Amino acid sequence: MFKSQALPEFLATIDNDKCIRCKRCIQNCGWSVYEWSGERVLIDSSKCVKCLRCYHYCPVEAIQILDNPTKYKENSSWTFNNIKNLKRQAETGGMPLSGMGCSLPYPILFDSLLLDACQVTNPSIDPLREPMELRTYLGKKPNKVEVERGKDGKLKLKTKMPPRIELSAPFIFSPMSFGAISLNAQKVLAMAAKECGIVMNTGEGGFHEDLKPYSKSVMVQVASGRFGVNPEYLNAGVAVEIKIGQGAKPGIGGHLPGEKIPLQVAKTRMIPVGTDAISPAPQHDIYSIEDLRQLIYAIKEATGYKPVSVKIATVHNVAAIASGIVRAGADIVYLDGFRGGTGAAPSVIRDNLGIPIEHALAAVDDRLRQEGIRNEASVVAAGGIRSAADAAKAIALGADAVAIGTAALMTMGCTVCGKCYTGNCSWGITTQRPELTARLDPEVYGQRLVNLITAWKHELQEILGALGVNAVESLRGSRERLRGVGLDDNILDILGVKPAGR
Amino acid sequence: MFEIEAKGVYFKELNEMIRAAIKDGEKDITLKNVNGQYYIGTGLCEKVNITIDGVPGNDLAAFMDGPTLLVQSNAQDNIANTMNSGKVVVHGHAGDVLGYGMRGGKLHIKSDVGYRVGIHMKGQKKNSPVIISGGTAGDFFGEYMAGGTLVLLGLEVEDGTPLVGDYLGSGMHGGQIFIRGEVDPTRCGAEVGVMELTEADLKVLRKYLEDFCKDFDLDIEEVMSKPFEKLEPVMARPYGNLYAY
Repeated sequence: MFKSQALPEFLATIDNDKCIRCKRCIQNCGWSVYEWSGERVLIDSSKCVKCLRCYHYCPVEAIQILDNPTKYKENSSWTFNNIKNLKRQAETGGMPLSGMGCSLPYPILFDSLLLDACQVTNPSIDPLREPMELRTYLGKKPNKVEVERGKDGKLKLKTKMPPRIELSAPFIFSPMSFGAISLNAQKVLAMAAKECGIVMNTGEGGFHEDLKPYSKSVMVQVASGRFGVNPEYLNAGVAVEIKIGQGAKPGIGGHLPGEKIPLQVAKTRMIPVGTDAISPAPQHDIYSIEDLRQLIYAIKEATGYKPVSVKIATVHNVAAIASGIVRAGADIVYLDGFRGGTGAAPSVIRDNLGIPIEHALAAVDDRLRQEGIRNEASVVAAGGIRSAADAAKAIALGADAVAIGTAALMTMGCTVCGKCYTGNCSWGITTQRPELTARLDPEVYGQRLVNLITAWKHELQEILGALGVNAVESLRGSRERLRGVGLDDNILDILGVKPAGR
Repeated sequence: MFEIEAKGVYFKELNEMIRAAIKDGEKDITLKNVNGQYYIGTGLCEKVNITIDGVPGNDLAAFMDGPTLLVQSNAQDNIANTMNSGKVVVHGHAGDVLGYGMRGGKLHIKSDVGYRVGIHMKGQKKNSPVIISGGTAGDFFGEYMAGGTLVLLGLEVEDGTPLVGDYLGSGMHGGQIFIRGEVDPTRCGAEVGVMELTEADLKVLRKYLEDFCKDFDLDIEEVMSKPFEKLEPVMARPYGNLYAY
């Protein structure tokens, strides 16, 4: 056993004068950074991932997690991560893995877009005192609607509406499976979704019976591993999603590492305990748009025609692909931008494949409009939605709703340390170790997630009020209400947005 | 016996007619003049028998959970896609990607099957799917297999002709494959090993084949008279060393 030449990123430190030897740091760390010597706490910084669990649970603030001051010699080309990954590869022959979304400094266009507001010539609306509609329906919209007068004299809808999902606001939770995250984390999502009138998504890992009380707020997923899929599962929620790809790892499948496959996860997935749960790269019954159509309608036949969503990673030719998906009969197209999160992806894939959600969303919305099929499916934007502002900008670019994953996990304690694939999450989120998952109380953290969505709803209402519109529907695809700052002509053209000042 | 005329009927209406008949309590249904309609038996959960006269289309018995389907001719692609329980018997050939992600039940094909058959099948003690083909199979037979049993008999093949294509059991990490005849190791994926059958294996295999022979009126002793080889994953975690942590 030799000492790894990959430098530790962080330095965990304890002020021994302050330390009261309560050993809570030892208990709380899922990474075994701390150990009891008999007199004081010993530290192995090479295991530290800076998830800050110990810091939060140290009663006397004796712990500090520092960036390791010992760095490789500074070099703009050979960055810390380049060298560290290379050393790890030299030692193991393996591909470095990453959790969470791409962390490299690619431009984030949301940060170069500004929303409009009303002044003098058109009145803004005060959402605190006036109605402000956030309700959103996901699914097909008819080409026209007819109304008729009922026997009671009231107007009612004559057109039979296609199946759709009703949301109290244009937010949904991204798919995260039981296996990738703990059952308690799934419960947090389900409880919050129910309370907020939105939906969560089971991901590809089966529908645990504990989620049954929340089934009206759950969407189930069918992916290439087909884990946990049976007729009961397909009918368990309000809609079914076919996962073709994920923004963090476009074009590759999933390997849920064996460390995260204890008995219960193995049982729901029907695979041996401790093996890697393999979701093949493609779904081998889908090699074409026609094949996709076949699976969409197989699911519709098996569910009495519930809405079917198709999730893809945003890749170069995303607009044409999305058009095919809509024509294949999907009710929802879920676009996952390359900054989207993951429980585990080879770093080389996560950091180098795909395109950002902003470009993809604008291109898809344009294409569907040009072809006259924009109403045939809703578009969900995901992969890097960090705030209500990002959500509002995505909606203005053409999204019907946005999906959040990482943001939701942060309410449970996640600090984006990015080590989800190890199964050691000290916050009890991306782990199946019972002593760690027990920390995540669904009631307590469910409320925090409800708080986040409540706050975002208020923020979105304030933005809409400032824009002088009283429904989120009026912002949808309204790129005239966006301006770009510091963007070149090409990008402005792709986004369909004018530069600030025009 | 309840008959449904399928000639010229679109799959959606045909499946509505089948579901309505089942709701009315029909247990034995015959579909006459089926000609490529998709999704027959898809998502059905009742214990009924459906006899299909004609060639059914793709996704026969997808997500199916209980019924028995009898196809009296050839069948097409994607049969028993993610099927949960029940049985499909095909008196002829069948196409590609049969039993994808199959979780339980039986699929008996009298003759040849196409590419990627039995891929990503799963299984647990009580719920373990079985696919038996009396003929030959294409490439990627049992790819990513995580459970269940695949049997390939090659009954009408002359000695020395390969029964199965390349990449046999590629990525396999659970379950078992039985091949009647010798397996060329160069055709196998790196994750499987070829072994001899144990007494226990023979017992299990005989039980499965008795049922198969009953369906197609074959002599079990004759089928069992030729030696079988067994393929099993050699590692529980074929891709455990792929990553640097």
